[in-house]
Amino acid sequence: MEKTEYLDLYHQMVVIRRLEESAAELYQSGKIGGFLHLYVGQEAVSTGLISARRPEDRVITAYRDHGVAINVGISANQVMAELLGKATGISKGKGGSMHMADVTKNFWGGHAIVGAHLPLAAGLALGDAYRDQKAVTICMFGDGATNIGFFHEALNLSKVWNLPVVWVCENNKYGMGTTIDRASAVSEIRRKADGYEMKNQVVDGMDLLAVRETALQVFDEVRNGSGPQFLEIETYRFRGHSMGDPERYRQQEEVKQWQENDPIGIYHQHLIKDGIATEEELQQVVKDAEAVVKASVAFAESSPEPAPEELFTDIYMEE
Amino acid sequence: MARITMREAISQALWEEMERDPDVFIMGQEVGVWGGTYAVTKGFYDHFGPRRVRDTPISESAIVGAAIGSALTGLRPVAELMTINFAFVAMDHIVNEAAKIHYMFGGQMVLPLVIRTVGGGGRQLGATHSQTPDAIFAHFPGLKVVSPGTPADAKGLLKAAIRSQDPVMFIEHATLYQMRGEVPEGDYVVPIGKSIVQRPGRDVTIVTYSKMLEVSLKAADKLSQEGIEAEIVDLRTLRPLGMEPVIESFKKTNRAVVVEEGWPSYGIGAEISSRIYEQAFDYVDAPVKRVAQKEVPLPYNRTLEQMAIPNAEDIIAAVKEVL
Repeated sequence: MEKTEYLDLYHQMVVIRRLEESAAELYQSGKIGGFLHLYVGQEAVSTGLISARRPEDRVITAYRDHGVAINVGISANQVMAELLGKATGISKGKGGSMHMADVTKNFWGGHAIVGAHLPLAAGLALGDAYRDQKAVTICMFGDGATNIGFFHEALNLSKVWNLPVVWVCENNKYGMGTTIDRASAVSEIRRKADGYEMKNQVVDGMDLLAVRETALQVFDEVRNGSGPQFLEIETYRFRGHSMGDPERYRQQEEVKQWQENDPIGIYHQHLIKDGIATEEELQQVVKDAEAVVKASVAFAESSPEPAPEELFTDIYMEE
Repeated sequence: MARITMREAISQALWEEMERDPDVFIMGQEVGVWGGTYAVTKGFYDHFGPRRVRDTPISESAIVGAAIGSALTGLRPVAELMTINFAFVAMDHIVNEAAKIHYMFGGQMVLPLVIRTVGGGGRQLGATHSQTPDAIFAHFPGLKVVSPGTPADAKGLLKAAIRSQDPVMFIEHATLYQMRGEVPEGDYVVPIGKSIVQRPGRDVTIVTYSKMLEVSLKAADKLSQEGIEAEIVDLRTLRPLGMEPVIESFKKTNRAVVVEEGWPSYGIGAEISSRIYEQAFDYVDAPVKRVAQKEVPLPYNRTLEQMAIPNAEDIIAAVKEVL
């Protein structure tokens, strides 16, 4: 990677972090409605994965989708405007936090029913396989999704049809407030892929470069016909499941321990230690990222509400 | 025009659309090597090959979900659910994904998807395999729901569904595959959302669709012998609902019977009669009557099952009540 690329990944992670923190404030002040699931702590996962994809590779994820939205190149303005339900939002204010997508950037959402997007991912990959296009579909989901039937149907189908999918489990240790050992018969999630004879491995999701390197290699193999593969990426969400989470299920000590293992801090250290960037340069990136997020709030707040007639548009293509 | 069966008409529509557009493909249980559990896709696998005629595992969520995903890439999947009773297993993908995906992302995603499935009772398949839950699917904005009652409409509507840019549930009836009728050859397309008068009459309007069209026509023939001329409107599409021919007919006859095979509660008849009252209240000479399935899970026993499913006598009795 060129230096500018290293710095850009740092920029993306800081934008996500600051955007999520701003969103939390806007939620508490009532400007964002509905559910809000923050990506704080998991930034290295999507930043690393998506930095390794090619434009023709498709991305699809669950409802914790703001980070992915930024990584695929949706502007902070459009993400923030969507959170505020404005006409300028990426889904025209009709989707909200859980339903962001940009098909021009090969980002297929933003899906809010746990696990339901996994069969869709198999279908996206089928679209490419059908036309002999060498592209990979990257499907992200949480550890909680590995206990629902959709997961098993999708993994099975992808293997039976040898589809170019990379299944990415973001293991953040909790399905809402329930720990893996209380919800899953198999505590080591990646072993579920063994049940479908699917190549799998565990990656440290706090280390952006580790995620990126593994992803580069796996995407390449899948692109070249290895069949579907499975990545379990170990990560942690620093905030609750959603903004309404009282967090009775975990100790502050545990949260603190993980926070000291901050993906942005780890990457920062790496850039300094390897002499890729200086403290001053990274400070500047942080400042730029903060300016981007601040501007996005101003943009979203000053954006118009959707027009009333939008209520009845986009139900069908053909009336 | 050739006189062919409903099965042949559906098969013909699929075949012609697959020949016409390389993006059209079929996926579902036993659609390939087996040739379709109702033999609709017999010969397709050998002709079009395994890429375009895809046998799936028994995984309804994966069938509908993967069909959605492939449709998002611009393919035109015809996903087959062996019976509509299995659609419940895929309910999330039908109602939470297919019906919403265009709207929810602000119109970015386009879903040219057809879900072909089979409903209806009368074959002693017991409670779980005999349902007519069409109204449930017609409940959701974003889906289109089509259910033909003649071979010609089956061909024309299936072609329209495959060419549609919207997700369409295409509901066939298990006991209509042998029905014969005149079917135009070649590129015959029937627009979705248009009801049609299948039999003209002056005394009463019978609104129906699918299998109950056949039963209603029988009833109308018997009524005719008694000098009662029923006009039969075939809905053909349940969503979007084409009410114009219904209202036009009702304004002429001032009396209506709605006939459906499913249960009456919250059903097609409830919807149609409510719309008649809303749109033509001044023309009402008698309360609109519903003929529908008895409110029981369908039993296996043939006699009991037949008691539960509407027949021509039920329709005749209802017509006489409104006259």
